[in-house]
Amino acid sequence: MNGSDFAFLLPEIVLVATAITVWAVDFFTPRDRKPDLAWPAAAGALVAMAFLAISWGEHREMFLGTLRLDNFSLFFRFLFLTVAFFVIVGSPGYVRRKLRNAGEFYGLILMSTVGAMGIVSSREFLTAYISLELVAFGFYVLVSHARHEARSNEAGAKYLILGAFSSGLLLFGISLIFGATGSTGYAAIAAALETTPDFGMVWTLGVALVLAGLGFKVAAFPFHSWAPDVYEGAPLPITAFLSVGSKAAGFAFLIRLFAEGLFPVLDDWRVAIGVVAVLTMTFGNLVAIQQANLKRLLAYSSIAQAGYILVGVATLNADTTSGMLLHIAGYTATNLGAFLVVIYFHNLTGKEGIDDLRGLYRRSFLLTLVLAVSLLSLAGMPLFAGFMTKFYLFTAAAASQLWWLIALAVANSILSVYYYLLVLRQAFITPESEEEEQRPAFRLPSHARATLSLLMVLVLWIGIYPSVFVDAAEAGSRALFGG
Amino acid sequence: MAESGFPLLSVILWVPLAGAALVLLTRGRSAAAAVAMLAALVSLLAAVAMVAEFDPGVEGYQFLEERDWIAALDISYRLGVDGISVLMVLLTAILTPIVVATSWLSINRRVREYMAAMLLLETGLLGVFMALDLVLFYVFWELVLIPMYLLIGVWGGPNRIYATIKFFIFTFIGSVLMLLAILVIAFDAGSFNVILLPEIGVSSHLQTAVFGAFFLTFAIKAPMFPFHTWLPDAHVEAPTGGSVILAGVLLKMGGYGFLRYVLPLTPEAVDEFRVAVMALSVVAIINGALVAMMQRDLKKLVAYSSVSHMGFVTLGIFSQEQIGIDGAIVQMFSHGLVTGALFLCVGIVYDRTHTRLFADLGGFAKRMPVYALLLGFFSLASLGLPMMSGFVGEFMVLLAAFGWSYVAGVLSLLGVVLAAAYMLWMYKRVVFGELRSAAFARIPDANRVEVMALLPLVALVMWVGISPGTFVNLLDTATAAIATYR
Repeated sequence: MNGSDFAFLLPEIVLVATAITVWAVDFFTPRDRKPDLAWPAAAGALVAMAFLAISWGEHREMFLGTLRLDNFSLFFRFLFLTVAFFVIVGSPGYVRRKLRNAGEFYGLILMSTVGAMGIVSSREFLTAYISLELVAFGFYVLVSHARHEARSNEAGAKYLILGAFSSGLLLFGISLIFGATGSTGYAAIAAALETTPDFGMVWTLGVALVLAGLGFKVAAFPFHSWAPDVYEGAPLPITAFLSVGSKAAGFAFLIRLFAEGLFPVLDDWRVAIGVVAVLTMTFGNLVAIQQANLKRLLAYSSIAQAGYILVGVATLNADTTSGMLLHIAGYTATNLGAFLVVIYFHNLTGKEGIDDLRGLYRRSFLLTLVLAVSLLSLAGMPLFAGFMTKFYLFTAAAASQLWWLIALAVANSILSVYYYLLVLRQAFITPESEEEEQRPAFRLPSHARATLSLLMVLVLWIGIYPSVFVDAAEAGSRALFGG
Repeated sequence: MAESGFPLLSVILWVPLAGAALVLLTRGRSAAAAVAMLAALVSLLAAVAMVAEFDPGVEGYQFLEERDWIAALDISYRLGVDGISVLMVLLTAILTPIVVATSWLSINRRVREYMAAMLLLETGLLGVFMALDLVLFYVFWELVLIPMYLLIGVWGGPNRIYATIKFFIFTFIGSVLMLLAILVIAFDAGSFNVILLPEIGVSSHLQTAVFGAFFLTFAIKAPMFPFHTWLPDAHVEAPTGGSVILAGVLLKMGGYGFLRYVLPLTPEAVDEFRVAVMALSVVAIINGALVAMMQRDLKKLVAYSSVSHMGFVTLGIFSQEQIGIDGAIVQMFSHGLVTGALFLCVGIVYDRTHTRLFADLGGFAKRMPVYALLLGFFSLASLGLPMMSGFVGEFMVLLAAFGWSYVAGVLSLLGVVLAAAYMLWMYKRVVFGELRSAAFARIPDANRVEVMALLPLVALVMWVGISPGTFVNLLDTATAAIATYR
């Protein structure tokens, strides 16, 4: 470790500096200008991305091997920065309507992003845990940020209690694993497993608790129950952030843990994770069908999506890891697109019910188009990211020959089409009443048009010609598996 | 395999999609229709050029195009046609401009979106018939669903929500199974290349599973008895243009799938289930005809007649005799023309009377003589009158059926007799007798656009009927190859 190593942490340093600056400037900004603090915050994310781009391909261990900056961590750090950028850029309209303390809001988003970026670089339990807590602490505040809404407060309380509970499980699991193997470093744990294949009950319980703790974070069945309420109650941009950023961070944790630490014992857990995957997607999809609120529907749909990614964890190898990275990237672009539509729609109408979408195609063609592209992509329709990434993932998973798992995953992704189409039917097909036909067309701010179009292009790009993204995902996977 | 420099297939395939994008930029119904028409005609022109350049004597695929698509999984953008695809591409390219022309008259809201959906649908269908990579094929297969869902859902009849859901559930069950089959094949054979797959083959122990998945997918699409129940609902609710493409081309995706994927890839499983499939086909022929006869709704009658006619297609395909396969393809082509035309005829009456019930129809011979003539022509074509296209395909299939079993042959022949009965009875009820309502006393005859749209179909039906050799020759090399997979 020397001074120049810090150069590789510049993206994180830039984010922290931006967050602190935004908080400081917030004091001197008049209330009605505060929502515009989004622009400096977003610019910070872009600068961080630029620094990140410079270090592409560099592998480096630092802080006694607790952090490893490789293509895997680069892939996710880039992803988190993208998420932060879009969430922040998508926020000002909503913040102006609903939230006070805009500076805090943007700053905390950046700080949570820093935490997420730490998780993906950590090769050691405690560092990863602390990073995870950094993410969670930001979210505890952000979820309850709409202080004057009971819903938001309720969501914040639930998230805090269950979040603390799951962190407890995770820590207890870590301590048991430490007790069994004598280390919290992934490499050391893997080495210990090579020499002693069976650590007995303590070990099994430890792994189970770690999985349960992370299960909470990624909202896998049966640890999902906080998600719908929290998703519904949180301010919309934060719901978007939770559903992609926090979820991706949880998966990055799981993937690196299994690839570098627990790979020798993966076979013992394969079926259990597979069963959790199937239950997660089936539950998410079945309950999503019954939803009338768009936010809640997207919440359950994102539970289902976590199930698909878990298929990759259950069948973990170099190819399925590429598949998961690719799928997470596609899912991120897609879900951000869907949420931005909901945010802008909410800004314009104050509503978020599925029925309220009626006549959307007449009032805003762009919103309808992006919504259609996003939902069809979530449903896994060809031409859109969701199909391509899931196809890659399931094809890679087929090598494991867990056919029941793959068959149920495919069946589930088709089942989900049903409720996504219900939403699209409201937006595109169901006729408006005469009174509703008088409603004026929407006027979207130009930055909204730009971000929506950008995300739509991304979803189509990944869906139609994904080579660039496949290459990046494979580079990320190689960082863990070599080759 | 002839490598062609000019990407003719890509032109045929993507011009409609480009047209769809352009249509969305237009304002006003006529502008939208004009742009759509232009795109459809360019595609048709290119398709005709393809048929002219096509060399029937060459084995394998022609006009091949190949580009890397997803190198990591060895998935390519690979297009090519053999005699079978040529006819299906031609059918699609012919029907689309006809539908665009008639829809310009009958669709009166959201015309722009309608035309765009129609062109998107054309690209999907053409892609299904041209794709030579399993994943590419699946992409186009699914792409067809979105515009079809919209056509029924947005421009359909009063009960359209039910019909769209049913349509979607049925076809999506098919999609799951097909996707699984594709994953299994990829795992087993290690390739998505449709040209190479028949040589690599699917391992014996997986053939039944792959066959089952593919078979159900295509049987739902074709549709085969007893997987056909979505079809009448979809037809009744679909707008005329949607019905024409649905019956004319969409159903052929099923027959095409059997020929391109089921017979070559899973010969052992086909051998095992062949008798059952042929028996189902015969049941479909008889059942479809009987149910058609009992309908009170003109459009439903035509829809059920499709089930009966498509029974001949599957019967011919699974006979695995070259003459039966040839007959099945000619029957698909002919059914596309004739049933497409019949749905247009149904639409003409419906646009004027807003009813399709036999109880309300009758006596149009005097009011609409030109229409009566055209409907008569296509009814005769549908019931398989010699010198018309319907006869050729059914006759060839019947020959193959008799070669297999006299019982099947006689029963299928009974289907032809029943077809004559329900079509002629339908004609009598619509055209002869007295007008049922004073309001119908002033309805105009088929107008110029409608007649112009139907005339090319009249010509083609006669052409296939009088000189079937022209079309069978296109097929021979391809079908001879398929008949050897057993």
